[in-house]
Amino acid sequence: MKIDDVPQDRGMITDDRREVCYAVDDEGRYVMTGSAGWEPKNIANRQAWELIDVAAAQALEKVHAGKASPLAYHMARHQMSLGLLAKYAGIHRLKVWLHLRPGPFAKMSTPLLRRYADAFGILVSELKTVPDTHVSRSGDR
Amino acid sequence: MLYSSQETIKIDFTHRQSAHCESGVCSNLLYHYDLNISEAMAFGMGSGMFFGYLPFIRINRLPLTTYRCEVGGIFKRVAKRLGCRVHWQTFRSPQKAMDALDQQLALGIPVACRTGGYWLPYFPPAFRFHFNMHNLVVVGKEGDDYIISDPVFPDPERCSRSDLLKARFAKGALAPKGTMYYMKAVPQEVDLAPAVRQGIREVCRRMLNTPGPVIGIRGIRYLAGQVRKWPKKLGEQQALLYVGQLIRMQEELGTGGAGFRFMYAAFLQEAAALLETPRLVSLSRTMTEVGDRWRKFAVLGGRLCKGRASADDTYDAMAALLLECADGEAAVYRELLELTR
Repeated sequence: MKIDDVPQDRGMITDDRREVCYAVDDEGRYVMTGSAGWEPKNIANRQAWELIDVAAAQALEKVHAGKASPLAYHMARHQMSLGLLAKYAGIHRLKVWLHLRPGPFAKMSTPLLRRYADAFGILVSELKTVPDTHVSRSGDR
Repeated sequence: MLYSSQETIKIDFTHRQSAHCESGVCSNLLYHYDLNISEAMAFGMGSGMFFGYLPFIRINRLPLTTYRCEVGGIFKRVAKRLGCRVHWQTFRSPQKAMDALDQQLALGIPVACRTGGYWLPYFPPAFRFHFNMHNLVVVGKEGDDYIISDPVFPDPERCSRSDLLKARFAKGALAPKGTMYYMKAVPQEVDLAPAVRQGIREVCRRMLNTPGPVIGIRGIRYLAGQVRKWPKKLGEQQALLYVGQLIRMQEELGTGGAGFRFMYAAFLQEAAALLETPRLVSLSRTMTEVGDRWRKFAVLGGRLCKGRASADDTYDAMAALLLECADGEAAVYRELLELTR
């Protein structure tokens, strides 16, 4: 790749920071140079975020329909599977599975709620509520 | 706690941005101990080059493709080949892990940590996925914040204690378990030539001779065959997800497949001067061409994902490009093996 071919396609990086690429200068020597991003990368990244956002929106729908607890939405929003959440919260997966239901979730004690909230890095009050619509966390593009 | 959280520590550490986290950490840490080794040199000497298509390991239910060696491998091999002594440690208790970090910082020693990218607040939001292979160097502390030399970012960043703790104890595949490492002794005089030769030979042997179909040149060829089958085998929708994942693995996670090829080409240029083997310069050029081909592959895949290409010829064209990459790389490795004998 020549220096002039180093792509500067905005997307994943939303600020002024640059990533470094290796490219050849006019004399054929390798140099390091900055790139703002590259379209194929941006496309693949967007695709990955779409999957996450679809899963989160589906979970949110279930919460609104009363078929799942808010935990289900927060789990999807944080890109976690049941197994990963169980590891982060230090709670057995069967229990996590139970807490994904509205009934058992409502009966949870505050210390238990806090463990889930800490696993996501949010407040207990945030854990108990869900928004009306899902907003992607991929950064605005 | 041994040290009050208010203590300010700033280690005089030169932060140099690099393309890949582990080779960057390696190069920057050695530079701190007066060994000027470029990132590309660290990557080559540490035998970072790799290819593996591992469909039996799933990430987000999609097959894993890797373009670089195992995590920690580059650093370990560079340290071994240069004769550095490195202290590696993992922890059970997050509290102890942070205390151990504070202790070394107080002694003025920069400490490298392996972390999960999801929890690092200075990552741009679009990069925040659960992947646990990100390396960085902690170079200071101010109040509740740690000062972090993260080699893939242009400037030193800051991260609160609780965020760093979370990142060091990220869970899931390849959990870092608080892994930290730092230099105990670095030699003042090193002979780079044998280390470079060893590094090259290991990559060549690994890429050419690893048994089984999924690793090295055979892996690239195997992937080509699979890509051709994807649209029929998986259906249009799923095949697109596979392609997207492939490109993400190639270009996003740590500089990517083509990026690594360019970095290796840069290394070969340096090695040509070091080993006084001018032939390496033309091999570097071939490697650049291979890298360009990998990029073309990503462009085709990107177009496909965006729905701007007709699927039938694109999958075949992508497979053909992969075979060209395989041929190009194989030729380079075979000749490198001869040259470093």
